[in-house]
Amino acid sequence: MNVVNEMKLDILSRSANESFARVAVAAFVAQLDPTIEEISDIKTAVSEAVTNCIVHGYAEKLGRIYITVRLTDTGAVQIKIRDAGCGISNIKQAMEPLFTTAGGERAGLGFAVMQSFMDKVSVRSKVGSGTTVTLTKHLALRVKANG
Amino acid sequence: MPVRIETNGEVVTAYLEGELDHHSAKAIREEVDMAIFKDSPTLLVLDFRDITFMDSSGIGLIMGRYRVMSGLGGEVHVANPSPQIAKVMKLSGLDRLAQINPAMKGSKAQ
Ligand SMILES: Nc1ncnc2c1ncn2[C@@H]1O[C@H](COP(=O)(O)OP(=O)(O)OP(=O)(O)O)[C@@H](O)[C@H]1O
Ligand SMILES: [Mg+2]
Repeated sequence: MNVVNEMKLDILSRSANESFARVAVAAFVAQLDPTIEEISDIKTAVSEAVTNCIVHGYAEKLGRIYITVRLTDTGAVQIKIRDAGCGISNIKQAMEPLFTTAGGERAGLGFAVMQSFMDKVSVRSKVGSGTTVTLTKHLALRVKANG
Repeated sequence: MPVRIETNGEVVTAYLEGELDHHSAKAIREEVDMAIFKDSPTLLVLDFRDITFMDSSGIGLIMGRYRVMSGLGGEVHVANPSPQIAKVMKLSGLDRLAQINPAMKGSKAQ
């Protein structure tokens, strides 16, 4: 499995960038000729992870979000989304469906959406230094007409 | 305007537009709540035909409106979600709180 292409984004934690980030990642992944469903799964998962950086990691303060997308020759998409925010003290608990530390109208379903829409979700985090979420999806490689 | 409201006093229908994420949810929530508090309807219909994207912020928005409507003794229906949106809704178990009416096959969004 070799990485055949890679891109990086470095964006401010402005909520307007939620839409930018998911669209930019989707545009990059488009070169693997994904299905419409695969693309919308990826956009939804990216939106969840980026929103978490903004809402929780930086708690509406301004910081930077770093996104790296790698494509492999076996049709895997690996997306790393990192913030240098507050970190997560109990990752296992944070990933449980309906668990949320935010009041208001958060459903606590972001990680559940990421897990159901991607093949693999891994989280590394350190309180006080930040969180990295790695999302992986294996696309069904379709044989292109022109080889 | 992200929301177009139609009402007959009893039923408020909110036609939502565009992408429903954390960024857009606040404005949508304010407009829908304004219509609810003005009319105290028995039914709120959230029509998703013109929503092109939704993540868990949308689930939070629907659950929040469910709580507001329950407080008034009313109900929430969700109409015409796209397949992507229906998939997010299904995962959330939202169908236990609000009736979800999928887009009819062959019907066209206006
Ligand atoms: N990048 C992050 N930095 C710090 N804490 C995080 C981060 N991402 C997630 N969390 C923690 O994990 C919890 C669960 O996240 P999840 O996305 O599943 O739900 P939520 O964001 O609270 O609600 P929803 O995503 O449904 O709006 C959050 O409430 C927060 O406490
Ligand atoms: Mg979240």
